[in-house]
Amino acid sequence: MFLRHETIEKNVILMMVLTLITVSIGGIVQIIPLFTIESTVERVDGVRPYTPLEVLGRNIYIREGCYVCHSQQIRPFKDEVERYGHYSLAAESMYDKPFQWGSKRTGPDLARVGGRYSNDWHVGHLVSPRDVVPESIMPAYPFLAQRRLQTADVAQHLKALRLGGTPYSDDMIKNAEADLLAQATPDADTDALLKRYPRAVIGKAMSQTQAITEMDALVAYLQMLGTLVRFGDLPPERLRQ
Amino acid sequence: MPTKIEKDTLSGRDTTGHEWDGVKELNTPLPTWWVYTFYATIVFAIVYCVLYPAWPWATGHTRGLLGYTARSELTQQLAEQAKSRSVFVDRIRKASLADIRKDPELLSFAMAGGRSAFQNNCVPCHGAGGAGNIGFPNLADDDWMWGGSLDQIYKTIEHGIRNSDEASRQSMMPKFGVDGLLTGQQIGAVTDYVLSLSGKAKATPEGAAIFKDQCAACHQADGKGNQELGAPNLTDGIWLYGGSRDQIYQSIFFAHNGSMPAWTGRLDEATLKMLAIYVHSLGGGR
Repeated sequence: MFLRHETIEKNVILMMVLTLITVSIGGIVQIIPLFTIESTVERVDGVRPYTPLEVLGRNIYIREGCYVCHSQQIRPFKDEVERYGHYSLAAESMYDKPFQWGSKRTGPDLARVGGRYSNDWHVGHLVSPRDVVPESIMPAYPFLAQRRLQTADVAQHLKALRLGGTPYSDDMIKNAEADLLAQATPDADTDALLKRYPRAVIGKAMSQTQAITEMDALVAYLQMLGTLVRFGDLPPERLRQ
Repeated sequence: MPTKIEKDTLSGRDTTGHEWDGVKELNTPLPTWWVYTFYATIVFAIVYCVLYPAWPWATGHTRGLLGYTARSELTQQLAEQAKSRSVFVDRIRKASLADIRKDPELLSFAMAGGRSAFQNNCVPCHGAGGAGNIGFPNLADDDWMWGGSLDQIYKTIEHGIRNSDEASRQSMMPKFGVDGLLTGQQIGAVTDYVLSLSGKAKATPEGAAIFKDQCAACHQADGKGNQELGAPNLTDGIWLYGGSRDQIYQSIFFAHNGSMPAWTGRLDEATLKMLAIYVHSLGGGR
């Protein structure tokens, strides 16, 4: 009698208690797997937080909604691995907050686009996609090449990401703006930058302009995607099968 | 709320016994086919949970009797594929590029494999037929910047051009305008001289003198270029960054120094060889 429909509907306290229990089950099912995240994310060498320039490039990637048409996850299927390269590991997006896995591939997957094309290609393609890929339906982003990158608040971005758990050190935050300039200035002294962020790709995508543009930041971000883990040094046995 | 179940006279079905202001609800059962399909999905779900990874718990998940994981399936598929291709791939790996070209069987395999790798990796810059684009060389003609022999093409693909690979092809044209090596007027004069090499403008003695001092070291005195340094032939009317006076002026002012990624590491040795064979066949291989 206690759990009869009529009894529950007529007893507001009982209804609240039972609602709470029901909703809790849904919550627990979503939350419990996160307790095991330490064991589900494989540890691999090479993954590091984004450099300041890459962080700002990533912000532009998010602002322009690139994730709407481009995924960043190579699934462990033969055709994807043949086309894009090694399947993505959870660890490769552990500093992605929010993650950019995407859920739709109108354009190709970008998880390993880094180093695949030259900076010139990326700039030409973003300014006018159909100039280089005639069948492309991607919108053009020529304004990125004209907009100066807002760099003054980059340290604040890193600080905010640290609050979310990305291990930026005080040193990294203090030198954020200097690191950003060093990465985007040809022939700059990059020793300190490379020590803080190993394998950062140095260079300015738009070599013909002095000012650092949003294009420079976005291309710097694209050029590092999927390049941090060296799969040649990581035999398949080391990955969980 | 009355709970009297009645028989509806029109449909012959029972009512649920609920009544709202005289409106009664029929209790028509679901179609039999639907009910059994529903039961079948429940049975399927149970069987699936037993056979495949399904339920998470605090420190892991149920693995299923079949021991299936997407990764192990992929590893196995890739191993099978490598095995089925190994007959040809092993021979391609061992043979020299020249020998592959001489063996019709190997050549047709290499052309197919090269074509597929080209479509996936090279087309964005060099175009579907290898016809190139502004800044990205045409691979279907016989004008080569770094050499058009099989071995030269292979080296270019393997290590790329002006990238961070230690063995990449390197050379650096000075930014004559940006770095102030020449004045705008001097660049104009040498632009006219460069155009005159393919009969497109009249050269001045000043332009000829600047060319001799500044350009001839790499592009040669006759302007025919030097493939060792990736210095293009300036006499053939083929222009990587456009052949108008403005475009050539800009090329001298800014010096484009385009780059190409190194493909070693990303592609295996056999694929690199097949690509070299394919590119060599596009039109102008030497």
